[in-house]
Amino acid sequence: MMRLELVKRPQRSALFSALSPFMAFVLTIIAGAIMFALLGVNPLTAFRIYFIEPVSQVWQLHELAIKAAPLILIAVGLSVCYKANIWNIGAEGQFIFGAIFGSAIPVLFPQFEGPLVLPLMLLLGMVGGAAYAAIPALLKTRFGTNEILTSLMLVYVAQLFLDWLVRGPWRDPQGHGFPQTIQFGDSAVLPELMPDAGRANWGFVFALIAAVLIWILMSRMLKGFEVRVLGSSPRAGRFAGFGLNRMVFFAFLLSGALAGLAGISEVSGAIGQLQPVISPGYGFTAIIVAFLGRLNPLGIVAAGLVLALTYLGGEAVQSALGISDKVARVFQGMLLFFVLGCDTLIHYRIRLIGLALTKPEAAAKLEAAPKLKEAR
Amino acid sequence: MDITVNILLTIATAATPLLIAAIGELVVERSGVLNLGVEGMMIMGAVGGFGAGYLTGSPWIGLLAAIAMGALFSLLFAVMTLSLATNQVATGLSLTLLGLGLSGMMGTSFVGQPGERLPNLDIPGLTSLPVIGRLLFGQDPIFYISIALTAAVMWFLFKTRTGLTLRSIGDSHASAHALGIKVIRYRYLSVIFGGACAGLAGGHLSLVYTPQWVENMTAGRGWIALALVVFASWRPWRVLAGAYIFGAVWIGQLHAQAFGIPVPSQMLSSLPYLATIVVLVLISRNKRLTMMNTPASLGQPFVPDR
Repeated sequence: MMRLELVKRPQRSALFSALSPFMAFVLTIIAGAIMFALLGVNPLTAFRIYFIEPVSQVWQLHELAIKAAPLILIAVGLSVCYKANIWNIGAEGQFIFGAIFGSAIPVLFPQFEGPLVLPLMLLLGMVGGAAYAAIPALLKTRFGTNEILTSLMLVYVAQLFLDWLVRGPWRDPQGHGFPQTIQFGDSAVLPELMPDAGRANWGFVFALIAAVLIWILMSRMLKGFEVRVLGSSPRAGRFAGFGLNRMVFFAFLLSGALAGLAGISEVSGAIGQLQPVISPGYGFTAIIVAFLGRLNPLGIVAAGLVLALTYLGGEAVQSALGISDKVARVFQGMLLFFVLGCDTLIHYRIRLIGLALTKPEAAAKLEAAPKLKEAR
Repeated sequence: MDITVNILLTIATAATPLLIAAIGELVVERSGVLNLGVEGMMIMGAVGGFGAGYLTGSPWIGLLAAIAMGALFSLLFAVMTLSLATNQVATGLSLTLLGLGLSGMMGTSFVGQPGERLPNLDIPGLTSLPVIGRLLFGQDPIFYISIALTAAVMWFLFKTRTGLTLRSIGDSHASAHALGIKVIRYRYLSVIFGGACAGLAGGHLSLVYTPQWVENMTAGRGWIALALVVFASWRPWRVLAGAYIFGAVWIGQLHAQAFGIPVPSQMLSSLPYLATIVVLVLISRNKRLTMMNTPASLGQPFVPDR
């Protein structure tokens, strides 16, 4: 019988802060190998199909960028929230509302064309996401309602609302009864970056720009400092005159707007119309991206690419080996678990202790024994 | 009369998984730990329960498997948050994400298969009594477990010394530790109890409510259970009341859909989630009540010093 004991480090370890994501990745690979072996698949074959084949050609890298774009966009927004100790876990809903708001233009005014259409759609998408994120922010600041539960509940509401829209008022009348809107017109489609090489669109560029902007905000501007102070010590923040309520709104609106931008970019870029389901859980996977990227915008870009690969790999093993593509979700969950566990090493040293008594304990026992006898 | 009885029975069936999961989480939170992984543990219980029942042909083995699965899965959370002092919110979230993925993978071959259903209680003479017969003596076994569990937790938390110790840990783990109480051990046991309850709640879904396996069949019930604990301000009997109110909302919207009320079905389906938000707002407006009852060290990691 062994026991773990944590010993606080005098200061956080920069080494483990940098190493932890890589350790987590290695542990995930090991656990994944065991999982594949249990499923009766040679782990090496599975890994080749999962991690290497999906990114071995140029057009596949474009697919990777398509999957990574929404993950990065959402995760950089969430990183600001989590740094401030504000728990927005409803990005999936904000993604959906961004998509709905932005799609209003091509769906309701299909005759409206020209260069203004796309910028307006993107703007509306951000407004939609931010507006939807404002609900949990308002409830938290006005009534002190827990934002974790409200933002999560709103995800279900958003999914049902989208379902109603595409089956009801926004359904394409010429769509043979399929639950979907009309195909967006040419001027409402997000252009591809290099149409000759692959499908990747401007969404990926938005993601990179957002990551750089948030990085500047967090490391070079007073607002970023405010976020960090309020996150690590709300009391100190109050003394400095930073308002917690304003911060809740700032973090929710920012992350909501970015999730909304991700939503409208996905719909106008990769999909081209609204459907009942427009996201394979990007809003939740982005939570993993944010943590794997150390809540640092530049780390998040790398983490976003890794998690995008888990999606592609999941599809690949499903078609090649007949394993459920849910394997992607398992990999994502394991990654987050391991990175959280490895993060412990940043603040603590881990000691393994056997059940044998430590020296001081043994000495104390010896000393206490005769006294006990006397007392009797 | 028969219709009323039938509606009451369906409400009880809808409320039971919420009640069990929430009662388990209540104990966990009373010990000062916030486990947001209820949804994940519940879905693991559902798939484990269905799988074991389907493979062995015995729903009773399914029931045990559901409990074991939930408890085992919660152990993962316990090791992370208690032994490695990880962030409880993030770890709980990852437990939910992992559970949804893992259950989907494990259940691939169960999709569309007919499951085993736990039989309802049938006591000759009593169950056939008019009106009260079926309500009191004709329900599924997990319904009775849920009521007994609520009473037992109430008694344990507020009438026993161990329960008092557990609550004291939730209010101040530092003081409890200074008094020589094994904080981490209590919390391990609480988390595992919560996991077993969530697993049982999931088992109810796949062995009683709809005896089949459907991906994501918990449909947010784990999250609603978490909200119920807040709504109940950490009191077992209020969890019981809350679970039945939510059961009624859940069933009410299903009946409204069946009656063809001229409201979009999606709007009715979103009612339980909207109702959750509304009650959370109502309860949090009463700041004093919330402040008084929230375990003071809820969600804070604890590392014993030497």
